[in-house]
Amino acid sequence: MLEVRNLSMRFGGLLAVDQVSLDVNEHEIVSIIGPNGAGKTTVFNCISGFYSPTGGTIRFQGEEVQGKPDYKISRLGMVRTFQHVRLFNKMTVVENLLVAQHRHLNTNLFSGLLKTPNYRQREQKALDRAAYWLDRVGLLELANREAGNLAYGQQRRLEIARCMVTEPTMLMLDEPAAGLNPAETRDLNHLIVGLKEDYNVSVLLIEHDMSLVMEISDRINVINQGRPLASGTPEEVRQNDDVIKAYLGEA
Amino acid sequence: MAAQNLKHALFCAIVTLVISYPILGLNLVAEGTKVVLEGADTATVISILLAAVAVFLFQLFRDNIMGSMGKMPNLNPFANREPMEQSKRQRLDTIVLVLLVVGALIWPFFVSRGSVDLATLVLIYIMLALGLNVVVGLAGLLDLGYVAFYAVGAYTFALLYQYFNISFWVALPLGACLAALFGLMLGFPVLRLRGDYLAIVTLGFGEIIRILLNNMTWLTGGPNGIGGIPDPTLFGMEFGRRVKEEGNTLFHEVFNISYSGNHKIIVLYLIALVLALFTAVVIRRFTKMPVGRSWEALREDEIAARSLGLSRTSVKLSAFTIGAFFAGFAGTVFASKQGFISPESFVFLESAIILAIVVLGGMGSQIGVILAAVAVIILPELAREFSEYRMLLFGLAMVLMMIWRPQGLMPMRRMHIELKKQE
Repeated sequence: MLEVRNLSMRFGGLLAVDQVSLDVNEHEIVSIIGPNGAGKTTVFNCISGFYSPTGGTIRFQGEEVQGKPDYKISRLGMVRTFQHVRLFNKMTVVENLLVAQHRHLNTNLFSGLLKTPNYRQREQKALDRAAYWLDRVGLLELANREAGNLAYGQQRRLEIARCMVTEPTMLMLDEPAAGLNPAETRDLNHLIVGLKEDYNVSVLLIEHDMSLVMEISDRINVINQGRPLASGTPEEVRQNDDVIKAYLGEA
Repeated sequence: MAAQNLKHALFCAIVTLVISYPILGLNLVAEGTKVVLEGADTATVISILLAAVAVFLFQLFRDNIMGSMGKMPNLNPFANREPMEQSKRQRLDTIVLVLLVVGALIWPFFVSRGSVDLATLVLIYIMLALGLNVVVGLAGLLDLGYVAFYAVGAYTFALLYQYFNISFWVALPLGACLAALFGLMLGFPVLRLRGDYLAIVTLGFGEIIRILLNNMTWLTGGPNGIGGIPDPTLFGMEFGRRVKEEGNTLFHEVFNISYSGNHKIIVLYLIALVLALFTAVVIRRFTKMPVGRSWEALREDEIAARSLGLSRTSVKLSAFTIGAFFAGFAGTVFASKQGFISPESFVFLESAIILAIVVLGGMGSQIGVILAAVAVIILPELAREFSEYRMLLFGLAMVLMMIWRPQGLMPMRRMHIELKKQE
């Protein structure tokens, strides 16, 4: 489904990502792990179109997408969250979800101004979908709160819900467990697996929380200093000598 | 603490003296052929000294004074009230709005000509401020050259009349659309700019338009402006004493009433009122539509908005275009009201005043912006006796406002949306 081949990203003299390749198949959770500054988020930014990579190819559902603008990539069905939650803080929770469905609404100005039946119908659908997802992540009660006033864990879940209302085929989560307590991390675990099982989305995940990564990943890619270090099932990665060296230092 | 306060208070008192003595105390007097600088009389000197002492004392005991002010019972009886229920509040809002509109419709028939004229000006500024509110308040794009679109609207009507004899009602949509086109034109080069940079470019754009109007003498008459712009007609009826255009009739003859100069003023006011209402209603609808929500999303977090598939280009351009459209509206009405326009009417100060209205009213809030437009345009007129200090008072009011109510008169209230649980 997603095929990244020899991806490189150079910022001036700094080669932040060097020849990274990875695959995500349908119905799969794939993690990218690595020490801080390894270039994981840069890989994410290249895939989601925030950076235009300096080398390599990215194919999504057979189509080459490297260098395409970010909004076009997300319209193909590949949406992401951010390391630091990025919500529309002054808008309400439900408005956050409505904005995300912008493409699904009738964007013709005049049908909106005149409130044509077609427009109302679409708007109602968007509201229903928003309600469904709020219920799914347990935020329905807070629908009319300002998003910026939610607790951190709730903001994380809202960000995921906001991705899901766009009906993506692939979800990219950048450190979704950062700043969550153990109980919240467990809930997140269930949520991510649930998304894969119930809505058939593939998940590409950056995470530092090893318990989360090992538990839910189908495959893991390890990156160190911009270079691919190892990849395989959680069990294989756990026993890989290079990985142990990179994480724990030479013994 | 006390020593620090003393130093600060002394400093403030000296600043007061240094500033007020030359302004209030020194006079230039002509004596024969010479101009002599004369000192102040005793009364002025005493009052300046008193002012300095007052400033000194206030700064010295500032903490105590501010502290006791905080302990005073809140003057606003509604401050601690429970918020009303959504449905109840909406009904109340509707009733108040209808009453206000009906009042605004009847009102001009009972007051002086001057007040109606002033009210028309207020309505023009309401249109401008509501339009700028889209760009600054909702989309978060600081536009310091908004007056350019106002100028485009006004000059479109003036030029179309001068060269093609086109009437107000045809020029109105044309002026608005041309202003919108200029908005689109400005939008393209500034797509990538944000914050300070955007502000500077828009400021430059505003000046370019004004200077062009000033220098294209062959077309616009330059600094001499364009005069003789006609008043709007109403279904082919004119409001003058005699018919100017072939085929038109006269209002007072059709209705068989005696001629009065007030008819014209009142009709202009009513037209402005209808257009202002139209502006408010349309923009209000926009805010509840996808396009309005995407403006706000772009203001809140551009990167997140893009990651959800919103194109920065179309969102920014739509905000600029729609904002400019309503400025063009206001410009056409303004040209018709004044009958004469020149580049002098479209200086940077106008942009600043419109921006001040938006900020004072509360970014994004329509009711707030309307209230602020009324206050900012009418207060200086009421303060005519202090004409020399008008700008000073205006500035003071702004500073106080920003200290006590930085969120504006009436901050934007979010829509409450009822959701049904989905199975």
